[in-house]
Amino acid sequence: MSGSNAISESVVAQAVASALEAIAGATDLASLRALKQATVGEQSEIAKLNAQLKSIDAEHKAAAGALIGKARGEINAAFASKEEQFAAAEELAKLGAEKVDMTAVATRVPFGARHPLSLLQDQISDVFIGMGWEIAEGPELEHEWFNFDALNFDADHPARAMQDTFFVEPVESHLVLRTHTSPVQVRSLLERDLPVYVLCPGRVFRTDELDATHTPVFHQVEGLAIDKGLTMADLRGTLEHFARIMFGPEAQIRLRPSFFPFTEPSAELDVWHPGAKGGARWVEWGGCGMVNPNVLLAAGIDPEVYQGFAFGMGIERTLMFRNDVRDMHDMVEADVRFSQQFGVNL
Amino acid sequence: MRVPLSWLAEYVDLPADATPDSVMAELVKVGLEEEGSHAFEVTGPVVVGQVLEFTPEEQSNGKTIRWCQVRVAPEGSKAADGGEDVRGIVCGASNFEVGDKVVVCLPGATLPGDFHIAARSTYGHISDGMLASARELNFSDDHAGIMRLNTMGLDPKIGSDALELLHLNDAAAEVNVTPDRGYCFSVRGIAREYAHATGADFRDPKGNAVLNHGEGFALTFTDPNPVRNQPGMQRMILRSVMGIDANKPTPPWMIARLKLSGMRSISLAVDITNYVMLELGQPTHAYDLDKLRGGITVRRAAAGETLKTLDGQVRKLHPEDLLICDESGPIGLAGVMGGESTEVDSNTKNVLIEAANFDPISIARTARRHKLSSEASKRFERGVDPMIADNAAARVVQLLEVHALGEGNILGAEYNQLAASTPIFLPLGFAESVVGINFDEEEQVRILSEIGCVVANVDGGFEVIAPSWRPDLRHKTDLVEEIARIGGYHRIPSRLPVAPPGRGLTRSQQLRRQAISALVGSGFTEVLTYPFMSSEQNRWFAADDQPLSVKLANAMQEEASELRSSMLPGLIDAAKRNLSRGLVDLAIFEEGSVFLPTSKVTAGSQLPIGNQRPEPEQLALLNSEIPAQPKHLAVLLAGARVPSQVGQREIAASYQDSVNAVLSVARSASVELEIRQAIRTGFHPGRCAEFFTADSVLVAVAGELDPALATQNDLPRRVAVAEIDMSAIYESAPKTISASEIKVMPAATQDLSLVVDVEVSASSLQQAIVEGAGELLESIVLTDDYRGDNIAANKKSLTFAMRFRADNRTLTQAEATAAREAGVAMAAEKYSAVLRA
Repeated sequence: MSGSNAISESVVAQAVASALEAIAGATDLASLRALKQATVGEQSEIAKLNAQLKSIDAEHKAAAGALIGKARGEINAAFASKEEQFAAAEELAKLGAEKVDMTAVATRVPFGARHPLSLLQDQISDVFIGMGWEIAEGPELEHEWFNFDALNFDADHPARAMQDTFFVEPVESHLVLRTHTSPVQVRSLLERDLPVYVLCPGRVFRTDELDATHTPVFHQVEGLAIDKGLTMADLRGTLEHFARIMFGPEAQIRLRPSFFPFTEPSAELDVWHPGAKGGARWVEWGGCGMVNPNVLLAAGIDPEVYQGFAFGMGIERTLMFRNDVRDMHDMVEADVRFSQQFGVNL
Repeated sequence: MRVPLSWLAEYVDLPADATPDSVMAELVKVGLEEEGSHAFEVTGPVVVGQVLEFTPEEQSNGKTIRWCQVRVAPEGSKAADGGEDVRGIVCGASNFEVGDKVVVCLPGATLPGDFHIAARSTYGHISDGMLASARELNFSDDHAGIMRLNTMGLDPKIGSDALELLHLNDAAAEVNVTPDRGYCFSVRGIAREYAHATGADFRDPKGNAVLNHGEGFALTFTDPNPVRNQPGMQRMILRSVMGIDANKPTPPWMIARLKLSGMRSISLAVDITNYVMLELGQPTHAYDLDKLRGGITVRRAAAGETLKTLDGQVRKLHPEDLLICDESGPIGLAGVMGGESTEVDSNTKNVLIEAANFDPISIARTARRHKLSSEASKRFERGVDPMIADNAAARVVQLLEVHALGEGNILGAEYNQLAASTPIFLPLGFAESVVGINFDEEEQVRILSEIGCVVANVDGGFEVIAPSWRPDLRHKTDLVEEIARIGGYHRIPSRLPVAPPGRGLTRSQQLRRQAISALVGSGFTEVLTYPFMSSEQNRWFAADDQPLSVKLANAMQEEASELRSSMLPGLIDAAKRNLSRGLVDLAIFEEGSVFLPTSKVTAGSQLPIGNQRPEPEQLALLNSEIPAQPKHLAVLLAGARVPSQVGQREIAASYQDSVNAVLSVARSASVELEIRQAIRTGFHPGRCAEFFTADSVLVAVAGELDPALATQNDLPRRVAVAEIDMSAIYESAPKTISASEIKVMPAATQDLSLVVDVEVSASSLQQAIVEGAGELLESIVLTDDYRGDNIAANKKSLTFAMRFRADNRTLTQAEATAAREAGVAMAAEKYSAVLRA
């Protein structure tokens, strides 16, 4: 062939129209792809026209090339658009088929839970950590001297018998299960530099039969502050702050005269519990007072220079009225449902 | 202490509408906590009646009842219930006669136990009321028959109110008396405190009777070896009363007050001594003077002596026991309980009254030694006012004269060696410096005087002499408590002290929380159990046949008499309980102390005194006598770890979970552990591992519970357990973690299968590969343990996925292969491992 300029606009338009018609006629991705050669591939009319370009004379070549390029672009775009349309529809159908019941999901890792007594001790500790206090610990099996003598319990004083102590055999070993966490106070005073601000949470033991409100093994948290110039006003302020964090901003505290060998003056502590079940009321919470000078002397501290206060409350009791636990059995029987109802919160 | 309100009102003004609750509400302000109220619980028309006639009627059930006509109101008057003046009443008792004055509960009355009286049909009659026994009225335990008022020294008007006659309208308030307030074990003390609480006038019952002159009775006190250097007795008053009628009834008001105070009426003489004790706080004792042999000697017991006390028990005496003796020997355990030989009985004519003041410590020890806590010992232990003994003796004499028709006699004796009271110096501003309230001088003096102190102004403060009934006031701080207590705790202001900056939780406190969080995060539930075990339970996991343990001297149950040496028996109990409640899929843990004595617990060293810092060596000795109590954490799993669910097959809890729990706890403290196959008591012999730190310290054990032990405890055959020594974990936890550079060059991964003897543990083989492969090996994971076809018997093929990486270049496969080969070579050398064909 020679000198031809036989590619007319109408031929090109014809090729485009027939390709577009074929593409439009595809019904799904597979039928579209089957048309690929015939519409955009080497076998397509437009490709054949393109092949004729090389035999066109130079003066018409550029115009014809442009014409075919534009047509090719049009067909390719139509093919791509159709392809995209079909692919999206197919993906959608596939996802539809993958639908599951999201309300029926297996638990791969079961949910764990804290025991609320242990959790409550941690939470109380955090209140005091926030005030700059430290958490002190000591042995549960304790020497009588730390549990009694150093705390101003005379060996023959009725207060010593009042504590319902578990003794270790032989009793001459002078070992007891601590009846309160107060021996940790003594240890803190013996071991730490003054001033001392410590909180002592832990397990304590008394020979009480288990019933709805008693258990021979229970938990206490005690606080001790020894510094220069501390008074019962500091005790009240500390307890008020503590009560408000535990029971809400409306909580109040009330002190009533009482007796403990290790404090003088001593007080019973009531808390106004705004969230109490059945309405806000005063609840007996614990005991407190100014540390007896004899306790300071037992630790070698001069009571004329340093003084301070101590307080203590039962964790079980606190949990009972704070979280409406009715029966002590629930706290000691290790039934997993008891811990699980709390999860990791109180 | 229980206080009948009618009695209290004699010594302090009570409002007309006072109730036990209102009295307790006042007393709690001064430190006497409320315990409860007591009343006879008899209400309604209960009147004095007279038996006019009765007919015994035998019933078919063999019982004979009496059909009585009882006058319950003067002739022609209406009875208290508005009914007729004579009533027909059926009565089962037969102890009364025509003409007897009796207590008639008319329809509308209510008796204790919410028992309502109504006219009712019985034994063929309409019984229009009830004739009451003393027990039915809560008046005493007497239920032998109905009350016959005319035999009780009473001649009341027919139709009059029997409740008033018998003082059954009275009620008592009960308050808890703290050990420092012995004087409050008396109406006198409570009345005084009520006066402090309310400002009402207090009238001291001390003045009720004044002691007459007495002499001529022999009284000796010897105490060459006093207990803790305190003489056993400061004071003793003896007085005689002659010619009493021991069979005179105790007046009803006294019975009623004793009853409300919690004491039983016994006999007139005994009731009077008890009454005076309740009134004044001074225990007193009445001896049958005619049974006494010679004079009274107060002394300590001699070795081998015995005494039969009033409760009928023969007591072996201890050389520290203080005794009341006559020429026959011991006749009473001083301040605790009298002896049987000189007991007052219905034939007693002449009595000797004793009111003494004994040393609290001596009495406390005797009471504890003989397990004999009496009303007397309870008071002496807490301290009795030494100045009240004479008034108490006089009051007993007075009441015996009035009610037993005796005559006070000058025969008596006295011993008085009262300890001098030491003044306490109270600096002026001291109370404020302790309490935080600005008490002015006048208020301090007023309060101290009010509680009975003698206060003198001296330079810079006060010199205070405590009242005789307050042995607890010994130090200036004790006086401050009184000032604060009477001044009112409600006045204490509020101030939040500022502690010095704290260090936060200690490292081990943080690690404890992290370990617990790690377990909770992987599905474990925390439980708490008692640390009490049987000795058998303590042997379940003990390596030793005769393990050392801490045994309680006063355990509440024999099967809980030792302290745990392992946490696992407690968790086994917990699992058993949960399983019995249908909770079969368990993953539980507990953290706490175990008790591990390193030698047999024996007698310890002498106790240092209380109010003085022990010497360092002494403190070290005390601490060395306390058995070790490391913190342990144990886990137990049973049933399904992951239960069968939609799209999820059940994964049974297994030894893998317990091993993982150990590793996860160790990981939470950044402690790397080496696992070694082990055989231990309590564990499945083929499914137990021990865990060691880098320093080869054994810190944990995990595996499957011995199936026999599981079965014995009603647990399923497969139970996974682990126990970790947390104290040791804390010990080996790094203080800080130094970071290594994160390598970013591409990695090369390769798999490796080695065939070894089945006895070679995966962990040791892996360790050898790691050692051989060197630094390029970044990670290695055991992915398969294959035994069977193509592998010789007694051999296994272990497959590892390995990842290699260099820090400065892209690793070539050749380099990775070379590192792998080095690992294989080491495995071959150490365990004869060969590449799987």
